[in-house]
Amino acid sequence: MKKGLFTGNEIVVKAAIQAGAQLMFGYPITPSTEILETFAEEVAFHPELRLIQTEDEISAGFGVIGAVLGGKKAFTATAGPGTVLMQDPISMAEAMRLPFVGIITQRGGPSTGTVIYSQQEVTLTCFGGNTEGLRFVYSPSNLQDVYDLTIAAFNSAWQYRFPAFLLTDGYLAKVKGEVRLHQPGYLASTKEILGKEETIVNIRNTYSTEEELFAVLKKNLADYQKIAKQVSRYRIYQKKKVNSLIFAHGSVASACLAACEEKDGLVLFQPLTLRPFPRQAAKHWAKKAKKIFVLESSAGQFARLVKEALSGLPLNIIEYQRPALGITPKEVLEWVR
Amino acid sequence: MIPKCYKKESLPHLFCPGCGYGVILKSLGFTIDQLKIAHQTVLGLDIGCALLAWNLFNVDTIQTHHGRTIPVMAGLKLAKPKAIALALVGDGGAYAIGLQSLLHSAHRNDPLTVIVVNNSLYAMTGGQMAPTTLEGEITTTTPLGRDCQKTGLPFLGPETVIPLTNQFAYVARVSIRNPIVLEETFKKAILNQMKGKGFSLVEVLSVCPTNWKTDAEKTFQFLQEMENYYRLGEIKKPKEGE
Repeated sequence: MKKGLFTGNEIVVKAAIQAGAQLMFGYPITPSTEILETFAEEVAFHPELRLIQTEDEISAGFGVIGAVLGGKKAFTATAGPGTVLMQDPISMAEAMRLPFVGIITQRGGPSTGTVIYSQQEVTLTCFGGNTEGLRFVYSPSNLQDVYDLTIAAFNSAWQYRFPAFLLTDGYLAKVKGEVRLHQPGYLASTKEILGKEETIVNIRNTYSTEEELFAVLKKNLADYQKIAKQVSRYRIYQKKKVNSLIFAHGSVASACLAACEEKDGLVLFQPLTLRPFPRQAAKHWAKKAKKIFVLESSAGQFARLVKEALSGLPLNIIEYQRPALGITPKEVLEWVR
Repeated sequence: MIPKCYKKESLPHLFCPGCGYGVILKSLGFTIDQLKIAHQTVLGLDIGCALLAWNLFNVDTIQTHHGRTIPVMAGLKLAKPKAIALALVGDGGAYAIGLQSLLHSAHRNDPLTVIVVNNSLYAMTGGQMAPTTLEGEITTTTPLGRDCQKTGLPFLGPETVIPLTNQFAYVARVSIRNPIVLEETFKKAILNQMKGKGFSLVEVLSVCPTNWKTDAEKTFQFLQEMENYYRLGEIKKPKEGE
């Protein structure tokens, strides 16, 4: 196993290539740009890799779809307004059950906002577009997560044929740290969907009747439900007893972890997948706690997922929302009393 | 006579009576037969009337989103260079919502064959003004006739694309009036891709009696008006020997 010092964006490229990605389509946008640049460097040294720097994010996403139909593992990376444009191809990938991997490097919003940090693309990544949210959304909180969960996103996308995302942010994208670049034990295979000489495949995206579309959606929803438990992942940090339970994801979870290490009775529940949400585990831990806190760098986008997961439990949930602003361990300790 | 690559069980096709797509798809089918490429071809269909061709051929097809067929086919061709990638797009998909992708694909010289059907309006949505609507033409969004002072002149797609192409591009405009020329032109455009040269664009002037609200005679009179404005022929050919 190799170790090395890399930024989050460099790690994404290493993980993507390790997971079998051969093609990338992208349009530069801060703070995701170094993913495109790093992949371009890799292309210069590896003839099996290809890159198209497209005219916009819409074209990047549809390029990924074309490459996937042609049998290659492909991906894109974007942020903010680019994630908005990307919903066009993502909804097609979701509708057609195509594996699609997107690295979403959140920046501040709405609109052009700020260029480095936020957690405001949660709803967009989980439920953007005219979709039912049949997507896998991984949220890393440290650089090792970035590596591991990028590989997980490729594997789950190609294994189950739903779009998968690494929902990261500019802090994680730009910071440099040590990462173990292990070889994954399992790699999902890929094969061409169109262009096979021996078969004829006609794929539709438009249905003539409501009943036809309903039948397709019913099957897709059932498939997603069936695999939700296998795909969903979480992390729990507990020292001794459970007093207060914090729900946090991504970089905020990292700050909460540091706070939990300082204070007994403080427990962190960190979903590593926001879609599907680790619902049963969340309920299990919530039942044990006296107080529940939800911390996030958005105005309730994450809390909505938590509250949905915990619905039915008689709980008092206290929310701390810092849209587009980072959260430090010190602030966590001040708020969570 | 129908093309060998037609799916018999999909006939009759789903297009309106009198639609120009019948001629276009038949010519495309004969071209595919002649080149014996049914099993290598992937036909990308834009949203709009083009999507109705989704199960007409014994050829791989995919319906995409409005204006997004070209980037899908560019991605597919990059992943699978042996595939013959055809994009069938309407004039709205090519010259309005998807123009950016058309121009950049041509600029990159993506090895694709793009067929744009110009019927002077948005047909699937009920006949609104397209970039290609003729001056004075009545559509549902130009009830008094297209006013080019306010909406610009009818859009010259191939002529707009050509300055961005390199010496390998093939660009032509044909009319459904002459299926023999149509078939020959499709053949040249597809061969340009098969020879590994690069991008080709064929604009086909077509008819839409449903939205034009024309009988057979007036349909072809209006097609003549389109032919008078839009120059037919091979507008750009790859340089000999290259």
